[in-house]
Amino acid sequence: MDDQYLLSMSNISKEYYGNRVLKNVNLNVKTGEIHALVGENGAGKSTLMNILFGMPVIFATGGFEGEIVLNGQPTDVDCPHTAMNCGIGMVHQEFMLIPEFTVTENIKLGREIGETTALSKLFGPLLDKLNWKQMSGDSRKALDSIGMMNIEEYTKVAGMPIGYKQFVEIAREIDKSGIKLLVFDEPTAVLTESEADRLLEIMRLIAQKGIAIIFITHRLTEVMAVADSMTILRDGEFVARKDVKDTTLANIAELMIGRKVEKLVEENLLGERELSDEKIALEFRDYYVDMPGERVRGMDVKIREGEIFGFGGLAGQGKIGIANGIMGLYDTAGEVLAYGKPMDLSKLGEALRHDIAFVSEDRRGVGLLLGESIERNITFSAMQIKDEFLTKIGPMKILNKSAADTHAKDMIKLLDIRCTGPAQTAGSLSGGNQQKVCLARALTMAPKILIVSEPTRGIDIGAKKLVLEYLTKINRELGTTIIMISSELVELRSLCDRIAIVSEGKVFSIMHPDDPDAAYGLAMAGVREEVAS
Amino acid sequence: MKNLKTLYENIGLPRLIIALFFILLVVASLLLGFSPAALFSDVVRRWLMYGTLVLAMVPGIQSGIGLNFGISLGISSGLLGAVLAMEIAFVRDWSTVHGAGAPWMTLLLALAFGVLFAAIVGTLYGMLLNRVKGSEMTVSTYVGFSVIAFMNIVWLSLAFTNGELSWPLQGQGLRNTASLSGSFGGLLSNPDVVQATQPEWLHWLAFRVGDFTIPLGLILVFGLLCFFVWLFFRSKTGIAMSGAGENQLFTTSSGINVDRKRIQGTAISTVLGAVGIILYAQTYGFLQLYNAPLMMGFASVASILIGGATIRRARISHVLIGTLLFQGILVTALPVVNEVVEIGTLPEVLRIIISNGIILYALSKTKGENQ
Repeated sequence: MDDQYLLSMSNISKEYYGNRVLKNVNLNVKTGEIHALVGENGAGKSTLMNILFGMPVIFATGGFEGEIVLNGQPTDVDCPHTAMNCGIGMVHQEFMLIPEFTVTENIKLGREIGETTALSKLFGPLLDKLNWKQMSGDSRKALDSIGMMNIEEYTKVAGMPIGYKQFVEIAREIDKSGIKLLVFDEPTAVLTESEADRLLEIMRLIAQKGIAIIFITHRLTEVMAVADSMTILRDGEFVARKDVKDTTLANIAELMIGRKVEKLVEENLLGERELSDEKIALEFRDYYVDMPGERVRGMDVKIREGEIFGFGGLAGQGKIGIANGIMGLYDTAGEVLAYGKPMDLSKLGEALRHDIAFVSEDRRGVGLLLGESIERNITFSAMQIKDEFLTKIGPMKILNKSAADTHAKDMIKLLDIRCTGPAQTAGSLSGGNQQKVCLARALTMAPKILIVSEPTRGIDIGAKKLVLEYLTKINRELGTTIIMISSELVELRSLCDRIAIVSEGKVFSIMHPDDPDAAYGLAMAGVREEVAS
Repeated sequence: MKNLKTLYENIGLPRLIIALFFILLVVASLLLGFSPAALFSDVVRRWLMYGTLVLAMVPGIQSGIGLNFGISLGISSGLLGAVLAMEIAFVRDWSTVHGAGAPWMTLLLALAFGVLFAAIVGTLYGMLLNRVKGSEMTVSTYVGFSVIAFMNIVWLSLAFTNGELSWPLQGQGLRNTASLSGSFGGLLSNPDVVQATQPEWLHWLAFRVGDFTIPLGLILVFGLLCFFVWLFFRSKTGIAMSGAGENQLFTTSSGINVDRKRIQGTAISTVLGAVGIILYAQTYGFLQLYNAPLMMGFASVASILIGGATIRRARISHVLIGTLLFQGILVTALPVVNEVVEIGTLPEVLRIIISNGIILYALSKTKGENQ
């Protein structure tokens, strides 16, 4: 059974610092087959590929369990070089090309063809003369074989369209002799539609030559269009291996999302409220944010007063940009209205003055003063914006230490922040407690609208539950409108009233938490299709 | 045992070594028969003399521009203020008109000019540093060096009439070292000067207890400056500034203009530099022009680092401890070394090794944290 597969990774498990990211995963790929590897962000795709390539990060963190069989031979891939020798190649998402080199130089980098000269006889092959003719010839051949007749092998890579760079990268992998397996890591993410179509064609071409392809992507339509079979991962677990012809889009989407059974917020906390479409807390009109990697491109959405509103979607689609734009960290365009009043987001602190507080997804980078005390962290924004915790002495506003101290202690008690006291530095706290400090800072502003971005990233399940429950509580008891941005659908679905799925910088659809898994999966993948429920 | 370990971690290895070295030197000099009183007085004098220049590092570090090697800008402003004040005092003949009040007026005028120049130059310098974010320290080192070169031209071309300032042969330009003995030199710190020139009721400014010299005036001024800087960093503006230095994105998201805070921090640092050099000259008794302030920035940087500051965080205690250790070693090393071997330049060598060594150590440490 095993020898029908070119590559067979079986029972792969991997732990990062006690956190199990892969649990008994199997991956089998046949010769000349395009095999798709699909799953949400954090499903374990990258880790699996890192294991396949023997990346140092794997061995630096204690190696992995399981077996890799290549061509029927158990193989010990202990470094990327071994992987290369075994005929495994990778086309990276971010191009590994040197801009100032020509196409040929890039393709042949590290594998240059040399001619022996008098000097190199004396001092070794490093002083060989380069055989340009043969190298250009090889490059030409590689480019032709993927149908890129119009790329000249002597042009510099700098200034080429992104799509072409991708093809040069592919040509480099093809040129390596004995290549048997090529991994494409989200190759279409940066391409235009026509370039993506071209790429898919090239993949088919390569597969016809008998080279197996592992295709990692979020775009399920591409999977349906090009792949022969697929492996679905969810939360580090193997879900299924399917042949594409036996399955449907909706089916894959459902397998990818899979509703987890655990309930993150107790039912009795949720309760019913009246939400009115008349009372709008925050409204976006054709809203743009220029945040690299998370661009928002023309978003229109209305968030009702007292609502818990979720923004979901895949990484890089722009959901993170929404909040960062409001808080003035990146340039914005379009209109944002808070309670009907337009905000001028080019002014610093504008959102805070409109009673909007923000808990950043980047705790250590944006959310905290790591070197300062918990107390300073909690009181900072309220002090700067609302002049709280200050005593006026003449023209100076001096810190009112006792007021700040009392407030910090109250917050520590309220949110159960585990620390030695308000004087402990924020940097020395655990992830969950840091998140609570961020939350405490936002709450100190007594906001009418609270935006929380990835509130549970990197914190353990206990703290996660506490944070989510607390968010629900302030929404119900104080009537705070909460906007929650999260990559974890389960989380959004357990407490939000409505969830907007963001795709390519726009709201793709606004969904109800009880909508079927398949609908969510399709929306995340940006596919419009009616789902029969 | 555990307490001992935390104590050790709090103190840090370099500070421990330098402190032990300092204690060793003190013990050695006492064993060699030097007068403890003279030693103590000397250490205190040097401590206060350099203190304000080191204090000037605090706003720079806290506002995020890192170690302000460009403190020479402030020093030059202060020196310019001082020579201008002295020239005015000479031209108006304050010493005959105002008597004992003349040095005070000169000192205050020097400070006023110095602060004014430093505030202007510091603001411009802050704007420059905002354009070179990420390499402030490299740029500030060069700015520090080039301003000294520029000021050399200025000193050479100033045509002052005050004989204490200009070259003895009466050409254009100022001297290398101008004595302040007829002016504000020692006004706050030298008992002899205070008793000779000031009225009875001001004699508390500097006095002797047995062999100990207590420069109370200078202690008060330096203490007050430290208090103001401490208070400033507990004010709304100061806290915002510290935030800007610690985490720009955090501070921006709290609605604070980080660039403006950095400019303010740089300006305050420069102003303190100007005040610092005037107090330095006051204690030393001489104004040193031309290349004399070239390496003062490095000495200040080294002092605060020895005190335990990092390139991102500094406190007043770092200033006090660092200056005491650094200057203490330099003061005690000379007599001890002279007694043991005949190398007159050893304290200078020591100064270079310690100051460059500790700067290197601090910078390598920071890089390590980033990785």
